Amino acid sequence: MTDAAELRARTAALLAAHPPATTGRTDFLRARFDAGLAWVHYPAGLGGLDAPRSLQAVVDDGLAAAGAPDNDPRRIGIGLGMAAPTILRYGTAEQKERFLRPLWVGDEVWCQLFSEPGAGSDLAALATRAVREDGADGAGSGDWIVDGQKVWTSSAHLARWAILIARTDPGLPKHQGITYFLCDMTDPGVEVRPLRQITGEAEFNEVFLTGVRIPDAHRLGEVGAGWQVARTTLMNERVSIGGASLPREGGMIGPVARTWRERPELRTHDTHQRLLTLWTEAEVARLTAERVRQQLVAGQPGPEGSGLKLSFARLNQEISALEVELLADEGLLYSDWTMRRPELVDFTGRDAGYRYLRSKGNSIEGGTSEVLLNIVAERVLGLPSEPRDDKDVAWKDLSR
Amino acid sequence: MSVPPTPSRETPPDLLYSEPEDDLRAAVRALLTDRADLPATLARAEAGDPYDPALWTALTAGIGAAGLLIPEKLGGQGASHREAAVVLEELGRVVTPAPYLTSSVVATETLLGCDTDRADIAALLTALAGGHRVAVLAVPAATAPDAPLPVLPAGAEAVTSADTVTGADTVPGVADAVRADVLLVLREDGLYVVETASPAVTVVPLTPLDLTRPVAAVTLAPGAGTRIAEGPAAEAAVRRGLLAGAGLLASEQLGIAQWCLEESVRHTKERHQFNRPIGSFQALKHRMAQLWLEVVSARAAARAAADALATGAPDAPLAVALAQAYCGPVAVHAAEECVQLHGGTGMTWEHPAHLYLKRAMADRITLGSPGRHRETLAALGDLPGPR
Ligand SMILES: Cc1cc2nc3c(=O)[nH]c(=O)nc-3n(C[C@H](O)[C@H](O)[C@H](O)COP(=O)(O)OP(=O)(O)OC[C@H]3O[C@@H](n4cnc5c(N)ncnc54)[C@H](O)[C@@H]3O)c2cc1C
Repeated sequence: MTDAAELRARTAALLAAHPPATTGRTDFLRARFDAGLAWVHYPAGLGGLDAPRSLQAVVDDGLAAAGAPDNDPRRIGIGLGMAAPTILRYGTAEQKERFLRPLWVGDEVWCQLFSEPGAGSDLAALATRAVREDGADGAGSGDWIVDGQKVWTSSAHLARWAILIARTDPGLPKHQGITYFLCDMTDPGVEVRPLRQITGEAEFNEVFLTGVRIPDAHRLGEVGAGWQVARTTLMNERVSIGGASLPREGGMIGPVARTWRERPELRTHDTHQRLLTLWTEAEVARLTAERVRQQLVAGQPGPEGSGLKLSFARLNQEISALEVELLADEGLLYSDWTMRRPELVDFTGRDAGYRYLRSKGNSIEGGTSEVLLNIVAERVLGLPSEPRDDKDVAWKDLSR
Repeated sequence: MSVPPTPSRETPPDLLYSEPEDDLRAAVRALLTDRADLPATLARAEAGDPYDPALWTALTAGIGAAGLLIPEKLGGQGASHREAAVVLEELGRVVTPAPYLTSSVVATETLLGCDTDRADIAALLTALAGGHRVAVLAVPAATAPDAPLPVLPAGAEAVTSADTVTGADTVPGVADAVRADVLLVLREDGLYVVETASPAVTVVPLTPLDLTRPVAAVTLAPGAGTRIAEGPAAEAAVRRGLLAGAGLLASEQLGIAQWCLEESVRHTKERHQFNRPIGSFQALKHRMAQLWLEVVSARAAARAAADALATGAPDAPLAVALAQAYCGPVAVHAAEECVQLHGGTGMTWEHPAHLYLKRAMADRITLGSPGRHRETLAALGDLPGPR
C-alpha cells in the first residue's frame, strides 16, 4: 500500500524531473498526472496510485511548497467534481483512458447538461430525447440522435465536453427511461446562448440540441440506467467539499470582518449584533466542515457533509446582505453591470453587491435548499416520504 | 490586510471522538439506560430532592467519571476535558440531576487551579475524584467566565463595620448547592473551602425553573472556612473553573438537543393525522432537517471547545465563548420544537419534553447567556461595537 513516505519521495522525484521554474504549466500538470500524483486515490495509470484519499494532502503540500502550478479547480470544477467520479465508476476502459487526463490537466473543460426548462428539482421529468439510429434490421449506425433544450448550464461557453442525460424510452416511468451520455460540445447541432443572470454577467447558458449525433461509444452506463448514473454525479456535486482546512475568517465572513475593523464610522448597534451572530455561525460552520474533513480522512464519512451546502448557502446570503447594508452609501453602488461571460466561477471576488446577488444562487444551484432539506429528512433522519403518484406511470402519460 | 487577533490554530482541533471516548460513552449510556428513569426523576424532583444517590455512586465510584479531570496521583483518571465532555453529552441526553457539571467540572477545575501540592487541597480532590464528596463553587449559576465575580468580604478579623457583612454575604442562585458537601467561596482576601455542614453556612433552596438542576441561596458567616488561595491566584482559579464549565456545558446542551431531535423524529414517524404519519408532512420534515443541521454544527462547536480546553490551546477562551454562543440557542430550539411537534402530549407534565425544555432554557443562562458570550467574542475577535 502506498504510504505518505512513498508519496513524498514520488513528489520529490516529480519536482526533480520537472522543475516548476523551467517547466510549462500544462507540461508540469501532464507529468504530474502520469506520475500518479493527480488524485492519488484513483487507479494507477489514470492519474492515481490506488492510495488512500487522505494522502492527497501530502502531495499537494509538497507541490505547493515548491511553487508548482495547480490545476485551478474553479475552472474545471464540473469535470473534476462530477464528470470524473462518474466516468471512473461507470466508464469503459476506453472512456477512462480518453477523458480523465485532459479533464484533470484542464485541457478540456466540462459542463453539465442536466436541467431543462421543464425539469429542475424534478430532474427525472426531463424531456430531451435521444433516439438510436437503428434500422428495422438493426443495420443503422448505432449512433444516438439527440433533440431538446437544456438550461442554466454553467460554463457551457467554455466547455469541450458535457455530461448529458436524455430520455431514451418515454414508455417507461420517468426514472427508468433515461440514459447518460458524454456529449461533444463542438458537434454540429449544439448551440450555446448566454443567459444573463442577476449579477449582470452570463455564467450560465441555454443549450439547444438539434439532431446532435452521439456515438454509442460515448454512452456512459447501460441504456435506461441513466438515472442511477446521474445519482452518482449529483451525490458528488452536493457532497464535494474541499479537502483543505479553512482558516478562521477564511470564507465570506472575512471581507465583512475586515471592513468592520477598518471602518469604525460604519458601525451601528444593530449591525454589530448581526455581525456577531453571523461571525459565530460562520466559525461554527467552518468547524463543522473541518469535522467532516477529519471524518473523511479517518475513513468514516458521516452524513454531515450533505448539510454543509445548506449552511453555507444561508450564511453566504445573510453575510453578504449585512455587508451591503453596512456599507451604507457604497452599498448603493455596483461595480459593473457589463454583460460578461466569466472564465471562472468566483464566489468571493468582486464587491459586496456582487456577492449579495451571486450568493442567491447558492441555495438553488446543485439542488435547492428545500430539496436538500427533503433529502436530509428522508435519508438521514428516516422520515417518511410524501405520497407521490408519478412513480409507476409511463413518462409519456404524465400530465405536463 | 488585517489579521484577526486570535488566529485559528496552526493545526486544527481534533473534532472526532477517539475509541476510548466511544467506550466511555457506551459505559455511561449503559449505566443511564439501566438507572435513569424520567418518571422517577420527576417524582424525586417534585419531592424536592432530584438527585439519585445510587446513580451518582455508580457514575463516580463505578465508572470513575468524577475523576476524569483529576490526575492519577490524586486518585483521578488523568483524562481530559474531551472525555468529561462525552460524559456530559450523555447526562444531557437524559437530563440527569447530578452535580457533575458543578462539582466534577467547575469546582474540580477551580481546585486544580490552586496549589495541588497542599495536603488539604489534594485530599479534597481525591475525595471529589471518588465521588465521596461534592464541591460547588459559590457563584450565581449565570456567571460567565469573564463576568464580574461576587466577592464576599474578607475574614472576620477584616470586617470593620456591621453593614459590610449584612446582605453582602449571600450568594443567590448557586446551582447544586443543596447537594454540596463543601463550597468554594471567593472572598476579598482569597479563595476559601467552607463545609456546608458548618453552622456558618445556610443553604436555602429556591424554586427552580429547571427541576433537574436546583438552585439555592447560600449565606455565609464572615471568615468561615479555610483559605486555599490568595491574591490574583484565587480569582484566576475561579475563572479557570468557570471557563471549563462553560466549555463543557456545550456538550450537555448538545446531548439535550440530540435527544429532543431523536424523540421528535421517532414520534412524528408514529403519530398519524390526516391518514398519514405526521413526519411525512414537509413543513415538519424541514423543521427537523434544520434541527439536525444545528445539532451537527453544535457538535463541531462543542468538540472544538472540549479539545481546546484539553490541549490548553491559546484560543480556548474563544472556542468556549463560540460554543456557548452557539449551543445554548440550539438546545432551546430543539426542546421547543420537541414540545411543539408532540402537540398536546408535549404540553403535559407526564411527557418528559418539559424537563428538557426547562434544562435547555436554564442552561442557556447558566455560565453566561449567548449574548454575553457574543460580547466576549467581539473582544477576542477584534469586532468592537459602535462607540
Ligand atoms: C447559478 C446556477 C448555476 C447552475 N448550473 C447548472 C448547470 O451547470 N447544469 C445544470 O444542469 N443545472 C444548473 N443549474 C440549475 C439548477 O440545478 C436548478 O435551477 C435547480 O435544480 C432548481 O431547479 P429549478 O430552477 O427548475 O427550480 P424548481 O424546481 O422549479 O423550483 C422552484 C422552487 O420550488 C421549490 N421546490 C421544487 N420542488 C420542491 C419540493 N419537492 N419540495 C419543496 N420545494 C420544492 C424549489 O426549492 C424552489 O424554491 C444552475 C442553477 C444556478 C442558479
